[in-house]
Amino acid sequence: MGTRILILGSGLGGTIVANGLARRMPGELRSGDVTITVLGATPKHLYQPGLLYVPFGRAREQELFRDERTILDRRINLQIDPAVHIDVANNRVTGKSGRTYDYDYLVIATGSRLATDSIPGLKEGAHQFYDLDGARKLRDALQSFEGGKIVLNVNAPHKCPVAPVEMTLMLDEHLRNRGLADKFEITYTYPIGRLHSLEPVAQWAVPEFERRGIKTQIFFNTASVDPEKRTITSEEGDTLPYDLLITIPPHRGVQVIEDSGLGKMGWVPTNPKTLKREGSDNVFVIGDTTSIPISKAGSTAHFEADTVIENLTLLVQEGRWSRDYDGKVFCFIETGMNSGTYVWFNYSTPPKPTPPTQMVHWFKLAYNRMYWLSACGLL
Amino acid sequence: MSNRQTIDARNTFCPGPMMELIAALKQSEIGDEVEVLSSDKGSANDIPAWTKKVGHQLVSSEEHADHWAIVVKKMK
Repeated sequence: MGTRILILGSGLGGTIVANGLARRMPGELRSGDVTITVLGATPKHLYQPGLLYVPFGRAREQELFRDERTILDRRINLQIDPAVHIDVANNRVTGKSGRTYDYDYLVIATGSRLATDSIPGLKEGAHQFYDLDGARKLRDALQSFEGGKIVLNVNAPHKCPVAPVEMTLMLDEHLRNRGLADKFEITYTYPIGRLHSLEPVAQWAVPEFERRGIKTQIFFNTASVDPEKRTITSEEGDTLPYDLLITIPPHRGVQVIEDSGLGKMGWVPTNPKTLKREGSDNVFVIGDTTSIPISKAGSTAHFEADTVIENLTLLVQEGRWSRDYDGKVFCFIETGMNSGTYVWFNYSTPPKPTPPTQMVHWFKLAYNRMYWLSACGLL
Repeated sequence: MSNRQTIDARNTFCPGPMMELIAALKQSEIGDEVEVLSSDKGSANDIPAWTKKVGHQLVSSEEHADHWAIVVKKMK
């Protein structure tokens, strides 16, 4: 029997790993010395960063989805059978169908989910754009919005760390373009004592927000929302009124992680360099699922996936280790409807954002299309 | 019986030590302690200030050669 590689999750991380392994081991796949199986939860692959544009009517929904089968290398076995139990002691995963999948190497890339119901009133009182249904509803709310107080509320932990700043700036410009300049007020809340976890981004955001008249409330960790009174209250004791509440919900890992005893809140304790699950030598973890204290972002999953591809390939082919993950993260930052910047950093290099330009904005728009090449393992 | 977990957030820039602390406290029980290791000098001021404001307890804050070790107890 050949080496069985099982990948849990058909999002960006799992898809890149599967395609990367298939491209590097064509001979082994042909001979049957290696098999690659992906267990996905849905046959559709969603380009999640595209959801940012949906509330503003700037993304066609069909552009955001592809059939996972068309993205995956045809030599990869795709099963739409989400895992319900992961037994790392016996190298076995059980799917929702009841079928079991044995493995020699496991890659956990099951991602995160919204924990909107973890804060009283948040689900009922707030809009969000982190899934398609939420983004559609926010689009409808913005279309009928004629003015008032908007609170853009950020909770921890959440994925795509720059999305709140992007949403705030794009929202401000969108409403100004609609001729509502004097009729709305945005208040941006953030859990810690500055406007963004990345200090250079926070420093850049201060004058940018001031210039646009965007109010801020730092040290704001949401305790509750009162949908009837239209107020949001923090653990720190501050209460803000709103006419439209947009939240970045807190996130947690998927249920199967907790149900399998692999990590509190669904985050799997993971070595930050080897990306191996703590306590396992044949289980890798990438993307949002890890407990590593770095950004939960698509680029993180991408760079981690590259590391796992190289290491798994060499482990199978030569029985040796290739390289450790260096903590690299790269993020585009939309700074309005026509400008953007970017930031990158790793475990040894702090971030240094550059001034926004229209060119970077165009590149971000181009990447929105090129994403599918990344998922295919070509970029 | 209370538990203590340690988050090694040294040389991580995003989401950073304090965001990690907040997330960890959310998943903790009252009485649990979270230790954060941070190489960000701002943490030594920001975390105690926030801890006091929100009503948790600062157990200790120690400066080491290249990082701070800050322990917070969840009180509510």
